[in-house]
Amino acid sequence: MMSEEVKESQEKENRDIIETEELTYADYFCSAVPQSVSPKAGKVIQKFYNWAQANSLWVLGFGTGCGSIEIPPLYTARYDVSRYGIFPRPTPRQASVFIISGYASVKTLKRIIRSYEQMQNPKFVMGLGSCTINGGMYFDSYNTINRLDYYLPVDVYIAGCMPRPEALIAGFNKLKELIKEGKAEGANLYAENFEWYKANQKKVIKDWNMPDYNW
Amino acid sequence: MEEILIKLGYTLASLFLIFNYGMLLMGFVQKIVARVHGRIGPPFWQPYVNILKTLSMRTSVSHGIMFYLGPVFRLTGGIGLYLLIPAVFGSVWLQNFSFNGDLILVVYFIFFGMLGMALGAGESSHPYSPMGVMRGLSLTTASEVPFALAIISLAAQYHTLSITDIVAAQQGGIMHWSMMTNPVATAAGMLSFLGMMMHSPFDLHIAPQEIPIGPPTEYHSSFLGLMQGNRAFFASAKLILFMNLFFGGATSIPVMVVKTFLLFMFCIFVGVVFPRYKVEQAIRWFLKVPTLIGILAIGIYAL
Repeated sequence: MMSEEVKESQEKENRDIIETEELTYADYFCSAVPQSVSPKAGKVIQKFYNWAQANSLWVLGFGTGCGSIEIPPLYTARYDVSRYGIFPRPTPRQASVFIISGYASVKTLKRIIRSYEQMQNPKFVMGLGSCTINGGMYFDSYNTINRLDYYLPVDVYIAGCMPRPEALIAGFNKLKELIKEGKAEGANLYAENFEWYKANQKKVIKDWNMPDYNW
Repeated sequence: MEEILIKLGYTLASLFLIFNYGMLLMGFVQKIVARVHGRIGPPFWQPYVNILKTLSMRTSVSHGIMFYLGPVFRLTGGIGLYLLIPAVFGSVWLQNFSFNGDLILVVYFIFFGMLGMALGAGESSHPYSPMGVMRGLSLTTASEVPFALAIISLAAQYHTLSITDIVAAQQGGIMHWSMMTNPVATAAGMLSFLGMMMHSPFDLHIAPQEIPIGPPTEYHSSFLGLMQGNRAFFASAKLILFMNLFFGGATSIPVMVVKTFLLFMFCIFVGVVFPRYKVEQAIRWFLKVPTLIGILAIGIYAL
């Protein structure tokens, strides 16, 4: 049994750590609320830009759940997505597509949100597997979220458990269509409904020891 | 005044040519590497689409002035290096700003962009950036040792430090090339070339498969676009430099294209065959055989 004094001092220590962390965060991250950025270029140029965005999709190398096992085969000789202009990127700063692969536990969701916020506008999210749609086989789990688009704006869902790499490629093609039509505005949607998303996120993430927004 | 304007026009045309050549070269190399892997590979115009995509990003985050200047220094290093090397021997507009003693400046300019990039990446405060910078700089420093020795050997052989004069001395057929007249220096130079082109087995510091992607971890949007553009300049400038030093230079654009393409293929094929070295392995490798060959190359001309 822990004595009250020890408990108190530990809690104080934890508080101190969080406070000092916030101080350091201020140097590294911008905690300002994101703003919706409308396309600056004219209609024709924007269409051209959308075409470039669609034909150069950089996928963040962050496997968030069991479904991430379906992603590496995409880059191998059998499926070879590079022929569609799809490449892996190791850092969220440079990535433009985030594949939430399978179930997202609350602990991972925290990392997902931080990575997503560090990506630059325009950015796209793909939900891979049934778990991201309605919880799938983990629908009654105490530790996973059931519906991904309560927490992040999702552009394309790929149903199945597990969807094969072919299904993933079909999802990429759908995403490309959306981008070319100018309908994949997830980053702006996130900025416009920021408070709603944050409230949902904070409802499930109990130990919120990070800035509200960090990019 | 008119002269300056004409020179400016030539410079811009020269830069335009080399930029597109570099981009196409990178596109084709991606395709060739993919074929070696048994894949179809991205279309050859993919590097253009990638640059366009990075430039079309709507937001970007800065970490300070040096962070801004990092890619600018990198690009300055690439363009500066190219402009000091005569791309085509005897051509008016592709002669660039080559002058006597430019070899020393060229060796300096190869490093210039990297140092600027190191400062910029350092300001991003990402722990992976300095790790990548440290790995990259130590690897490049090691690969420059045999290169410097090869250059000293060439300078002793031709009694000049001007690249144009070195190319002029090699005219008149394959038997006049440094490759034939000074094979030892060529061997040292070509081994160091593998390290300078930053392809496998010497690409640990920028490999995406490593924990960090290296110095550009925090670079994104148009910053990254600038750096990708620089790759086209930097790669083709180094190819042209080695072509001029060891393989007789070029007297026309097609000859330049063929020679630099074959030179690039040398490092690409070494890259697809040999797996990546760790940094300490690579440094040890450079400081053993290639350095000894370089010392031998100087020794031959010193005696």
